[in-house]
This record gives sequence, C-alpha cells and structure tokens, in this order.
Amino acid sequence: MENLLSGLEMLARWDVMLALLVGSVGGVIIGAIPGVGPAVAIAILLPATFSLDPIVGLTMLLGIYGSSMYGGAIPAVLINTPGTAVNALTSYDGYPMTQRGEAHRAVSLAYSASFWGGLFGIGCLIILSPVLAIVAPMFGSREIFLAALLGILLVILAHRGQIFAAGLLAMFGIFLQTVGLDAVTYSQRYTFGYSFLSSGINLIVVVLGLFALSQAFFLLTAPDSSPDAKPVKGKMSAGFKELLKHKRVATVASGFGVILGMIPGTGEFTAQFMSYTYAQKTSKTPEEFGKGSPEGLIASEAANNAVPAAAMIPLLALGIPGEALTAMMLSVFYVHNVIPGPQLFQNNIDLVYGLYFALIALNVIVMVFLLFSTNLLTKIIRVPTRFLGVMILLLSFVGVYSLRNSLTDCMISAGFGVLGLILKRLNLPIVPIILGMVLGGIMEVKLRSALPRLKTPFDMIDRPISFILFLLILLVLALHIRTLVKEWRAHQPEEDHDMHDSQMR
Amino acid sequence: MSRVKTLQSLFKRYRRPGDIAFAWFALIVSVLLLSQLADQTTWKNGGKLFAQPRFWPAVSLGGMAVFAGFHLLGSALSERIAGRWQEVWLWVCSLEYAGWFILYAIAVPYAGYLPTTVVFAVLLALRVGYRRPFILIAAAVSGVVIVLLFKTLLKVNLPAGMVYEALPDGLRQIMLTYF
Repeated sequence: MENLLSGLEMLARWDVMLALLVGSVGGVIIGAIPGVGPAVAIAILLPATFSLDPIVGLTMLLGIYGSSMYGGAIPAVLINTPGTAVNALTSYDGYPMTQRGEAHRAVSLAYSASFWGGLFGIGCLIILSPVLAIVAPMFGSREIFLAALLGILLVILAHRGQIFAAGLLAMFGIFLQTVGLDAVTYSQRYTFGYSFLSSGINLIVVVLGLFALSQAFFLLTAPDSSPDAKPVKGKMSAGFKELLKHKRVATVASGFGVILGMIPGTGEFTAQFMSYTYAQKTSKTPEEFGKGSPEGLIASEAANNAVPAAAMIPLLALGIPGEALTAMMLSVFYVHNVIPGPQLFQNNIDLVYGLYFALIALNVIVMVFLLFSTNLLTKIIRVPTRFLGVMILLLSFVGVYSLRNSLTDCMISAGFGVLGLILKRLNLPIVPIILGMVLGGIMEVKLRSALPRLKTPFDMIDRPISFILFLLILLVLALHIRTLVKEWRAHQPEEDHDMHDSQMR
Repeated sequence: MSRVKTLQSLFKRYRRPGDIAFAWFALIVSVLLLSQLADQTTWKNGGKLFAQPRFWPAVSLGGMAVFAGFHLLGSALSERIAGRWQEVWLWVCSLEYAGWFILYAIAVPYAGYLPTTVVFAVLLALRVGYRRPFILIAAAVSGVVIVLLFKTLLKVNLPAGMVYEALPDGLRQIMLTYF
C-alpha cells in the first residue's frame, strides 16, 4: 500500500503530468498520421528524454506508445489506410462501415474497444505484479540468457514466410552489438583500426537510422500523396453502449493481447489475428467479417491496445524487451541507471507502480481527447507525405546529433537509414535488427556471468525455471517444424500478403 | 482473396522486386565480415569457449552467412519479378537524401541551428517538388517550431552556431543560448 501511494505521488507532479499529456495527445496525433508511427516518434524523442527524470521521460514515451494505436484507428476506418501497422485489421471492417455511411459508429466503436483493451491490459499487469515480484528474483543469469535466446528465436520464427531474412537481420543485430572494445577482455572487435568504432555502434543511432531516417527517405522517394478523410458527425461516446453487447469478444481479444504481448517477438500482430479469427469463428454472423462487422473491429482494436501494458511485463520484470518500442524504452532506463529486471521490483517498486498509474491515466486522457478532437485529427492526416518526409528528416537530426554532437553518428545513422529504406521497400522486417542488438548484448553478458557456475553444459538447465525455458525453446522449435511439415504436405498456395506491409508505416 | 486471414498465413510476405539484389549483397557482406574473424577478434588462451571475445562475432556472422545463403537460395529459386534494377536505382537515389542529412549536420555548428533548419526545410521542400508559397511558408514555420521545441524549450544538447559570434552583444547571447 505504501508503495502504491508513493507510485501515485511520483505521478502527482506537474512535469510528469505534462509529459503524460504531451505523450498521450502527441501519440494520438502521430498514430493518426499514416507515415509517421510511434517508432519514429519515440526514436526521435529518445535522446531528448535523457535529460529528464526517468519517470518524466518514461511517461512521455509510454504515452506515445500506448496512445498511437487509438489514433491509428482513425485513418484505418476513414480512408482504409492504417495509421500504425497494428491497425491493419481495423481497416478490414472499419472501412466497409464507413463506405455504407457508418463512419461515426465505426470510429466510436474503435475508441471504445481500444479503451477496453487498454484498461484490461493494465488490470492484468497490476494483478500479475505480486506474482512477478515473486517470480522475477528467481531469474538468474542462466534464466535471463535462456529467456533472451527464446526471444530471439520467437522474433525469427514469428516472421513466417521470411524466416531466413528475419534470421539474417537478427544475427546482423547481434553482430552489431559485438563491434567495439570488448568490456571484459579489452580487445578490439571489428573496429578495423577506426577509433570511432572502439566505443561500439550506439543503439539509438541505429534505431534513429532504421526507423526515423529510413521513413523520411521512404516518403521522400515515393510519389507525393495527401490522404483525404471526411469529417465524422455524432457523439463519439456512443460506441460504449454497442461495445457492451460484444463484451465477450472484447474481453477475449484483450486476453489474447495480454498473453501475446508478454511473449517477446509476437506482440500486436499475432494478438490481432488470433482475436480476429476467434471472433469470426464464434460469431453468429461470420459472413459479415471483412464487410463491416462490428465484432471484427472490436476484436482487432481491443487486442492491439492490450499489448502495450503486457509488453511492459518482460521489460520491467526481466529487462527483456519483446519488440522495438520497448527496446527503445530500455535505453531510457539504462541512461538513468535504473536497470529493469528482478531487482527493479525490490528496489524501485514505486517507479513500477508509477508507470502503472501513468498507463491508466494515459488511456483516460486519450479517450477524453478523442471524444472532442476526432474531426481535428481528420484534418491533420491530410499533411502531404513528402512534406512529412522533410519534417522527419529534420527531426531525426535532433535525435542523432543531440546524443554526443557527433557527425560520425549522423553518417552511421544515414547509412542505417538507407538500409532501413531498402528493407521497407522489400517489405522485410526491421525489428529483428533492434532486438538482435538488445537481446544479443543481454545474452553475451548473462552467459559470461553464468559461466563460473557451469561445470557441465547440463548445469545450464538444472534449475526449475531454466529447465522450463529450455523446454519452451524445444517446444517452439518442434512446433515450427511441425507446421512446416504440415504446410509442405498441404501444398498451400501463396497468398497476397501486401496487406502485411507493416514496414511501410 | 479471402479477406479473413488464418493464423497460418500470419506474417507471410511475398517478395518484392530487388529481393535477389539484396540477398546477394547480404551474402557477400556476411562472408566478407566472416573472413575477417581471425584478424578482427582475439582468442584468449586458456579461456572458456563461451567467454572468448571471438565467440559472439563468430556465432552471429556464421548465422548471418547461413541465413543469407538460404535467403538467396529462396530468391534465386522463385519466379523473377520485373523491375529489379529500377528498384535498385531507387535505393541509390535515396543516397541523395542521406547526403542532405549529412550536409545539414555539417552546417548546423557553423550556421546555427535556427537558420540552418529553416533554410534546409525550405530547400528540401523545393527539392521534393513543392512550389506553392503556402507549403514553403509552412516548411519554414515548421522549422522554427522544431527549433523552439527542442532547443529553446527542451534545451537538447545541440551546438551553438559559430555565425552567432558575429552578432551584437545582447542578441548574440540569446541566439547562442536558445537558437
């Protein structure tokens, strides 16, 4: 109770509230503009938050992370272009609803389902906290190494149909984090005699290049366009009543969001698809799905909004990010010398509670903001895409250069920007590189610190949690092989997967 | 195409033009880096394998080369997609904007953050084809807003422009601190 109160106290500061407000409202706007997305915004703002208090910086980034999907639903419903990649399925039923003159119903339903999913996710996080506080300290070096290894494996295997590319990029990420002076043996690794490589390749420089600059290059090299969304008439709170008729779908979808959000490498996409499939299979009107079914819309939005809170679980409890956005947030923790992981729950539990309250507050702020500003957002999304590209390029400079005023960083970042553009154009995933860098670093450190206790390789798995993690790794591999065999036997034809162009936004 | 996706089709992506060019590039880079393993990393005598500074570069580069090989194989065995070189040319063209970015980074410490940002915003808007005065003014105003937000309000760590030193006393101090 005392910790709970000190968590609340942490939030009751003008600078934290302001950061939350800016993050939440900014996140909605960023999410609503197709072509920006939360990853670009967080990457740009990351270095700016280093000078702020950890709770201030984190609430701002958390605000963007948690609210962008609310905003992303607007263009998904109104112009059939998801604002963020995870609103892809929202457009499946949202846009047909708009086409038959039910834009207001679709938008308000999307908001209500998002709110439901968001609060459900936070509820689970709060309920799970005492369990996490007990389980997290059981994770030693061996367990964290195996959990990170499982994370890498899942990131690769989650990119079905592109496993080789995802594997290549994850390995590239692991390689990138090895460049520089080895902290234990003080030997140079892949520096080629260049002094600027001795300190290694900075994660934020890579993140800014791969996410922000690449998006700028992508927009600048593509034809200009200006999405045209029509204003929506009616009360935005109307969706809540209709949502209550579908609370089963909303709750199960949020549940999928929570479970898959906790598992590294899977996240919003898998949650959305599983929820959507569940909603369709259990619906009385499955034929309506894809043609404007409110249940489909609810399933998609509730699932993706439950993920941010759930994704905080592995990050806070084990220090293992499950996807790119939490990987970026991890660097904020490190900069402030707050190391997420088992000890966080023992030493900084007030910060953890503060973050929980921030998550609740952001959902309320966003909901209130959206009830009054949807039509304003429909105007904002008309910004021409090349103009956006110019702005992202200028903003990326702030992020890269403010780190350590290094022109070399800018050049490295520009190089990664071009690589990111190529990957986006090829529709190959960027996230494995970032997770490879972060999880690769964790694996190297944890394996080294576990070594003195290992006499035989079996000592690696001689504790209950490490053994379970090992079994999970084997299970994931076995399931993947089984699926491959089944697919090969079924000779499934290739489908059109252009709708998965998640890297474009 | 069925609009309802099953879990099985999740994350599948079909290839795009230029995939094979990237696959070749990735394989060549991986193999070249791997060939430098002995030169660029050290092996500490008496140390355990997993604690060797060479271990993780070897694992990652070995993995990269294997995955890149399979990716190339997949690309080579798939049907050829038209527009490969057009796509590669677009990648090359994007280097121009990387150049703009580096030029901008070079100019800021000399010309100052505010003037450079406004000038680059307008120049880039012109470069990408905007001619309407409204857009050009919007670009300049956005440049000013970016500077006000990051340098003046958030006080992010950006250098003051050398050109500001030539300004009169009072104004110089303001420009050096806030813009």
